[in-house]
Order: sequence, then C-alpha cells, then structure tokens
Amino acid sequence: MSGLGAALSKELMLQWRSRAQWLAVFAFGAAALLLFSFAVGPNYELLRGNAPGFLWLGLLLSSTLTLSESFQAEMEHRAIEGLLLLPTAPHVLYYGKALANFTQLTLLGVGLVPLMVVLFDAPLPRPFALFGVIALGAAGLSAPGTLYAAMTFQARARQTLLPLLLFPLVVPVLIAAVKATSLLLLGDPMDQARPWALILLCFAALHWSLCGVLFGRVIED
Amino acid sequence: MTDPTDPRRGANRAFGVLGFGAVLLLIGSTIGLFFAPKESFMGDVYRIMYVHVPSAWNSLLAFTFAFFCAFLFLMKGDYKWDSRHEAALEVGIALTGLMCIQGPLWAKPTWGVYWDWDPRLTTTAVMFFAFSGIIALRHFVEDPVKRATWSAVATIIAYADVPVVYFSVRWWNSLHQMQSSPETVSAPFLIPLRTNAFGVLFLMIGLIMLRSRIAAMRLEREMAPPLPAATTPGLQPQGARS
Repeated sequence: MSGLGAALSKELMLQWRSRAQWLAVFAFGAAALLLFSFAVGPNYELLRGNAPGFLWLGLLLSSTLTLSESFQAEMEHRAIEGLLLLPTAPHVLYYGKALANFTQLTLLGVGLVPLMVVLFDAPLPRPFALFGVIALGAAGLSAPGTLYAAMTFQARARQTLLPLLLFPLVVPVLIAAVKATSLLLLGDPMDQARPWALILLCFAALHWSLCGVLFGRVIED
Repeated sequence: MTDPTDPRRGANRAFGVLGFGAVLLLIGSTIGLFFAPKESFMGDVYRIMYVHVPSAWNSLLAFTFAFFCAFLFLMKGDYKWDSRHEAALEVGIALTGLMCIQGPLWAKPTWGVYWDWDPRLTTTAVMFFAFSGIIALRHFVEDPVKRATWSAVATIIAYADVPVVYFSVRWWNSLHQMQSSPETVSAPFLIPLRTNAFGVLFLMIGLIMLRSRIAAMRLEREMAPPLPAATTPGLQPQGARS
C-alpha cells in the first residue's frame, strides 16, 4: 500500500508541476464543446438534447492528450528502468499512474460541466450523481488508456496509435456514460441511470484488474 | 516420398487445405444459388446468407484463435505463436470486412437501410476497429519482441468484445436475427449453409497457415544477427585484404 501511495504521490506531484499542460488540455476540451455547438447551430432544444454526447466526446478527445503524454517523464532518459529496479511490483507503478490519470480526467470532466450548462443550456438537477457518472466514465477511460499509453509512447506515430487502439475499446464507456448523463440531465422517471452506471462500473472493474495484470509484460519486455 | 525438411512442405499442405475449402465453397454456393428454394418473405435476397453467415462465424473463430495464440505467446514466449497470432488477426479482419460488406447488401432491400445501430452491428463495428488498431500497432513497432508482446496484450484486452458480438442478439432486443441453427433455419437451407461454413473454415485455416509462414520468415530475418563482414571475403573492403 505504501508503494502505491508513493507512486501516486509521485504522479500527482508530476502533474502539479506540469499544470500548464493541464490547462492546455482543459482549453482543448472547452474548444471542442464550442465547436460541437457550431455543428448543431443555435437551436437550444437540439443543443440541450445533445449536451451529454458533446460532454463525453469533449472528454474523450481531451483524454488522448493527457494519456499520450503520461509516460513522458518515465521514458525520457530511460527513467522507467530505474523505476523497475525499485523493490515494488510493476502493477504498483501502473495503478499509481492510472489513479493519477483517473484523477486528472475526473477533474477535467467536472470542469467541463459548467461550460456545458452555459453553452448548451443544459439543466443540472442532480449534480452529484452526474459527478459520480463522470468518475465512473473516467475510470473506464483511464485503465486501458494508461496501459495503451505505455505501449504507444515507445512506438512511432503515437498520437495516431493511441486513439486507434483506445477509441474502439471504450465505445461501451461512451455509450453507457452518454445514456446515464442524458438520463440525469433530461429526466429519469424510470430510474434507468442506475443500470447504465452499473455497466460503467463493470467495465472499469474488468479493465482495472486485467490491465494491472498485463502492465508488467508491457514495460518489462 | 516428400522430404520432411523441405520448407515448401508446409506451404503445399496449406495450399491443399485452401483448395479443399475452395471446393467446398463452390459446392455449397452452387447448391445455395441454384438448388435451394426461395425464402418465402425475402425471395432470392436471402441467398447472401450462404456467404455472410460463414464469414461471420469464422471471423469470430479467427479472433478466438488469435486470442489463444496471444495468450500462449505471453505464457510460453515461443514466437511461432506470435506468427500465428498475426496471421489469425489479419484473416479475422479480412473476414469481418467481408461480413460488413455482405451485411449491408442484404440489409438495404430487407431492412430499408444499409446500416442500423443495433447491438449486433455496433459491437461488430467495434470489433473490426479494435483488431484493426492492433494490426496498426504491429506495423508501427519495429522491435519484434515489443511488437509481439504489446499486440498480444492488446488482443487479450480487445477479445472481451468477441463474446459480446456473439451474444448481442440474445442479450438485447436486436433488429438482427438470432444465430442460424437447425432450430431457426429449415433443412433445405441448412445443407448449403453448413457446406459453405466448412468451406470458409478450411479457407481460413489455409490462409492462417500461409500467412503465419510469411510472418515466421520475416521474424527469422529480423531476429537473425548481422553477418560478420570478416567471414564473407567477397564483401570485405579493399583496404582490409592482406
């Protein structure tokens, strides 16, 4: 547990030191939301109806920027080899990195919510339930995203490869998160948001366990 | 008698399997196109089923084989599994691509649209792009060790979609019909369907055998140590000769 704590605190410290990059990612997400509204036009009913989809697409597109750079510090000057010599298992390094990415994506998603409310006139009747859905969706994105980032950072054309690998895999996250967000924003008389949130939870649980097991093979070879 | 050390021996076996598959496919398609009765609601349009369903079944089989190859590579570290993994991925993608072309050709006159966002079609599209991404990953990584390990890991993760594709028509209310079986398909349609299914199966096995040989040869070349210049006198620079 202390190993995980140390790995997580190292990641959070790195993210805090490179906070200018975090602001750039947030600006990218905000610009994406703005562009989506131009695609629909000034029709508030349409914008309101599509707001959950726009929010998650904005978060998904922004996530590739944060994830693709998440191994930069470890790969520069082969620092990862030093980390692997530490008396800790590789999956501890993975969970530290994935938790830091999860935190960053959750904050990014929560940060985009006020913008969605302002730009698309979306109602916000259950903000805390929405933040819960954002956290579950961010967990589903960050688990495979962190593993794929470790692979693609060492490959050619990593900016193309990461979305190519990640986007098809996280389609269930996108569908479930958009449905749950839509029900939370636009009304949920039959309490259908819960099963969609459960799908997000199952996806996240599966990938957090599977990717943690496989991470060692990715960085050790 | 054939020489067991002859490198062409495996290729000949693969061509034999391919030929057997082609013959079965020809017989099944002939029965399906000219002898099987018309379907009472769809007329002749249904006959695309005789290639669409075998492509679908065998694409899932190819990805399942790719999954086992990936798993065995990670467990044993034997590169023959990596070559088979690469071959199975490519053949699976080719069959899924064929299925995605045949399906809309049938769907337009039957459903009225080429594509519908029902669970079976959506999960199939996800499967196609997920495994295509892994092929792209293999092309962008030069180091054969990393390429084999990373693509095996990615295949194991992406394989979670394959059972979802198969069961999607049972788990959700889907526009796509249930799996074809003796309970859902009447006997006159079943003979050409099964013949073609085995035909495509043998074609798939033959293609995987051939493609994995090519992958193994490339791997052998990539992993071979460079030839020392001193042992090949013809290649020595002029100044180096005594």
